[in-house]
Amino acid sequence: MIKNVIAFALLAALGSIFAALFLGYVPDADLNLTARYYADHTAQDVGAANVVTAIIVTYRGFDTLGEVTVLFLTAAIVGLVLAQTRVGNRGGVAPLPPSGEVLQTGTRLLAPLIVLFGAYVFVNGHLSPGGGFQGGAIVASAVLLLLLSNPLRRFSHRLITRLESTVGLVYVAIGVLGVVLAGGFLDNHILPLGDFGSLFSAGAIPVIYSLIGLKVGAEFSSMMVSLSETEDS
Amino acid sequence: MSDILFAMTLLLAAAIIGVAIMAVNPARSLPIAVLAGGTVSLFSSILYLILAAPDVAMTEAAIGSGLTTFLFFFVLRRVQGGEDD
Amino acid sequence: MAHVAMLTGFILILIGLYGALTNRNILRMIVAFTVTNTGIHLVLVAVGYMPGRMAPILDEMIPVSEAANRIIDPVPQALVLTAIVIGLGVTALMLAYAYRLYETKRTLDISKFTDLKW
Repeated sequence: MIKNVIAFALLAALGSIFAALFLGYVPDADLNLTARYYADHTAQDVGAANVVTAIIVTYRGFDTLGEVTVLFLTAAIVGLVLAQTRVGNRGGVAPLPPSGEVLQTGTRLLAPLIVLFGAYVFVNGHLSPGGGFQGGAIVASAVLLLLLSNPLRRFSHRLITRLESTVGLVYVAIGVLGVVLAGGFLDNHILPLGDFGSLFSAGAIPVIYSLIGLKVGAEFSSMMVSLSETEDS
Repeated sequence: MSDILFAMTLLLAAAIIGVAIMAVNPARSLPIAVLAGGTVSLFSSILYLILAAPDVAMTEAAIGSGLTTFLFFFVLRRVQGGEDD
Repeated sequence: MAHVAMLTGFILILIGLYGALTNRNILRMIVAFTVTNTGIHLVLVAVGYMPGRMAPILDEMIPVSEAANRIIDPVPQALVLTAIVIGLGVTALMLAYAYRLYETKRTLDISKFTDLKW
């Protein structure tokens, strides 16, 4: 009873702060200085048509390196925490039978198409809405479809972890190349800027975003494979 | 045209709040609560599109309503004893 | 339109926090945290909206020379992209810990885990 009262008091205090913030909010009429700088200088300096991609990969590329590190830590910890439950069969949950012929054939048809669509999304990240994180999530959902249609299939953890580590190393190597050959860490001027709006433009942004897409897809797949293959040996 | 957009925004906001109340209600069973959480993500991804943020809409639709719901259902299958309070 | 989205975001944060404080099953608490995350992201994206302007992509509808007058603020969208991905990572971690907790005591009721209480 007293717990409910404290919970309501806390929520009422938060609610009053939110109400004060909401009533004092006026939408801006003009872009503030940071956004104006990004809007004016993206086309010449970076050469990407998608301003959000230019911010994530080039202007604030170091934060993206930090985010990729956090995702790597998460996938590693999930694999570590669930590793000790993989030994022995508990007999509490019956294993699922493999699904029927139609579903398995349909999965075999659809999974390469989904991976192709994911690759399209993260290669075109600098021209249209999309990019590495969305493409990586789409590739991971192709792996999820394979997992769901045949629950007895074994994915090799070594392939996924080797792919993820190699891609991470190449990403940091490209960043260091940016220090050596161009203006700074993760600068995209190591490759020529090209025509604005074509596929091979914006310097190293397609390369960097493709690497991020592969890494994020491998990490999400490894998390899902760890969570789904607990308890069977 | 913007009246239709405003009406859609109001409808989506009401739907989001209704489904969110369903997601935290302890009277509903656990799979229903998990599915309601995924539906909140799906509707808010449409709201991001109305707010002129297509990148965020794609990310929220793929990650929030796809992968999160599946993670929950994987774990739900493994804890089949303790899901009642 | 931004006002409606911001109000929805604030109400979602409050609903999620209420669910996390009053539910006793661990999985329900994780679902409530997911709802709170979605509310926070809605508020952040709604701050960057400006009425009458378009999405920050420079294609044939928005020529490069007048980009600063026609696009909305791109910085909150970049922040929210990162936040959504890390939110999924944190949810996966919470679910792994919940599964390990279930392994030790065969129950998911948080009031039964009293080993660390005084």
